[in-house]
Amino acid sequence: MDIPYTVKSRPDTGVYNAKLGIWLFLASEIMLFGGLFSAYIFLRMGAPTWPGMIDGHMYTRASEILSVPLATVNTMVLIASSVTIVMAWASLALNDFKKYKMYMGITILCAFGFLVIKYFEYAAKFDHGYLPEDSTFLAIYFVMTGLHMLHVVGGIIVNGYLWGPGAKMWKTNPEQFKHRIEVAGLYWHFVDIVWIFLFPTIYLL
Amino acid sequence: MTNETEPDFHAMEGNEGEAAHEDHHHELSFWRKYIFSTDHKMIGLQYGFTALLFLLFGFGLMLLMRWQLASPGEPIPFIGWLFSDETAPGGIMLPEFYNQLGAMHGTIMVFLGVVPLAVGAFGNYIVPLQIGAPDMAFPKLNMASYWSYFVGGVVMLASFLVPAGAAKAGWTSYPPLADIETMGQTMWLIGMIFLITSSLLGAVNFLTTIIQLRAEGMTYMRMPFFTWTQFITSFLLLLAFPPLEAAGVLQLFDRLLDTSFFLPSGLVVSGEVLEVSGGGSPLLWQHLFWFLAHPEVYVLILPAMGIVTEIIANNTRKPIWGLKLLIYSLIFLGFMSFVVWAHHMFITGMGTSLSGFFQVTTMIISVPSVIILSGLFLTLWGASMRFTTPMLFALAFLPMFGLGGLTGLPLGLAPTDIPLHDTMYIIGHFHYIVAPGTILALFAGIYYWYPKATGRQMNETLGKIHFWGSFICMNGIFFPMFFQGMAGLSRRLYDGGASYEFAEGVIHYNPIMSAFAFLLLLAQVPFMINFFMSMKKGKKVGSNPWEATTLEWTATTSPPLAHGNFEETPSVYRGPYEYSVPGADSDFTPQNQP
Repeated sequence: MDIPYTVKSRPDTGVYNAKLGIWLFLASEIMLFGGLFSAYIFLRMGAPTWPGMIDGHMYTRASEILSVPLATVNTMVLIASSVTIVMAWASLALNDFKKYKMYMGITILCAFGFLVIKYFEYAAKFDHGYLPEDSTFLAIYFVMTGLHMLHVVGGIIVNGYLWGPGAKMWKTNPEQFKHRIEVAGLYWHFVDIVWIFLFPTIYLL
Repeated sequence: MTNETEPDFHAMEGNEGEAAHEDHHHELSFWRKYIFSTDHKMIGLQYGFTALLFLLFGFGLMLLMRWQLASPGEPIPFIGWLFSDETAPGGIMLPEFYNQLGAMHGTIMVFLGVVPLAVGAFGNYIVPLQIGAPDMAFPKLNMASYWSYFVGGVVMLASFLVPAGAAKAGWTSYPPLADIETMGQTMWLIGMIFLITSSLLGAVNFLTTIIQLRAEGMTYMRMPFFTWTQFITSFLLLLAFPPLEAAGVLQLFDRLLDTSFFLPSGLVVSGEVLEVSGGGSPLLWQHLFWFLAHPEVYVLILPAMGIVTEIIANNTRKPIWGLKLLIYSLIFLGFMSFVVWAHHMFITGMGTSLSGFFQVTTMIISVPSVIILSGLFLTLWGASMRFTTPMLFALAFLPMFGLGGLTGLPLGLAPTDIPLHDTMYIIGHFHYIVAPGTILALFAGIYYWYPKATGRQMNETLGKIHFWGSFICMNGIFFPMFFQGMAGLSRRLYDGGASYEFAEGVIHYNPIMSAFAFLLLLAQVPFMINFFMSMKKGKKVGSNPWEATTLEWTATTSPPLAHGNFEETPSVYRGPYEYSVPGADSDFTPQNQP
């Protein structure tokens, strides 16, 4: 027995199942990060100074601890990857599988680029001896960026599958494959948007 | 839609309307059919069996506690020798073990017992049938949801075996205590992350199924009330659980990486200043926890209301009074449940203006609950009722839930909450909602849908014994709690108040309540016998033994076809409860009758 509306959209709702599913999933993700953003606000409102005292140094701006230039580059990298994943989906809509492979490839490379830059950022913190246990600022920084990083890794796994072994579906069921790219794209945009909120909140404000 | 490609199987022989599908009949292997099934009905049954076992286990923990409360310091009878020296040397329970029992009783009953039974089991089994869907929208996610729940349960059980035992900081896991607790608390957090994942997968699946897979003609307003309650419940699970997941991650960081999310500066533990950076706040946990846990209360109660509504309509042979009003109330209730959470926190000193806000929202949220309850009561008006076993349970739900709700009003207002907070009164209040409320409704659901799942009816006499036993014993346990609480007896006392002078006037209730608790266990024996015996010996019935109107009875066999549910996809022409329509052929008009 086939489940209806896996490929075709249901006429009265205008979506196929997976698209509705991913939007609902993203709603729960917003609540997850929303919980953490609320925690950030709560902790910051309760702190006399922010970021405050770390290892005997008093900091008054997050940018004195965190690297704004690296984070800016990372913001650009993620926004670029959001554009290329749309291009990948659009290429499929134009029946150009080669271009799909290229754009999806670039998207995945951008994600790896993000992780490499993030690695240098984290390594610099650890070199200074800045660990989550040293202050609530560092703790919430590591939790929020770390959870976001896990989402980037998840995106790499999904997009990598759709670029590699999963791409076989283009031959057997192109319509559904296009849907999968769209759903992966929605998720990837979400990962991007979370970062766009994280960056100013943690690094700049 | 046709059933040509996928296999069907018939678990029961001799039911009507099963002959048509003998072609293309190849069996799935045992593992695919019973263990790693993707069929929503099998997953529903898996959820049901697992949840019932957890309910029994959680009840067992409570019996140990009730023994200790009734006779503090006496060795546990019969099974005392089973316990190690770290938990109960010579059968005499240690305070640490009592705290484990308390924390794990709450956790297991809520997250592993009632919710999985109400949502995982009933929701999974019934919702696709009621809306005319061949299965859930994402069958593999459905399987993943069950197994994630299962792993979460195993982790929770395993936590009893780690050094110093399971979590002891209460089911609410308040820091700073939970932050400095023994390893069992870490296990609790890991278990919770699995359970939350399971709920989220389930919620996405239910919502997509209900929105996308409704059969032709099944408009939202024609959906049975039970499906409506599952719909709103799924929204609550989807949106309320993630903040607890966030909080759980923060607490894990606090415990494993020595961060201070929930630890204020200068915290002193056992006479020594804790060596942490400080700067955090225990209140943060409470906000994040109750942001989940208040909607969770409605997750516990809404499916129960749904079950009761189905059964009352069916046994009064009347349409539900004000069905639309009930549905709108349900939606409003869902919204409001997100803005009442801090009424659990009146004594934390969060300030009078915040308290004021949450008192107002709490009073507002009682209105839709009262509307739903009134609608159900008014449905009874002038009905010539069938007093079947499910109907008895459903009828008992109404006053029991009413009692639980009314005793909640003083807790929703700060001035009256402050003296009652953390006393036995609040234990009585929420147990009236969950135990004689939700659990009686879940039993009603089991008796009501048992013929659908097995093709056989449960025994009515045993069912009635089970009902009266449970009903009387539950009241015997929970009603005295109100007296104890109003006298100021705290909820977490290891000796039940025996060493506290102010409790002297009310602790004589303890042995009576405990006796009722043990009798309640006895009252479950007829249910267990009935449940298993009826599978083999129960009276065989057709597909619609209750003469109901909704699709799960009128459009499928009992049990429904595996993988696909319907011989042909039903179309829906009318509302869910068209009973006793003047001029109709019979006193019920099925939804799929043109």
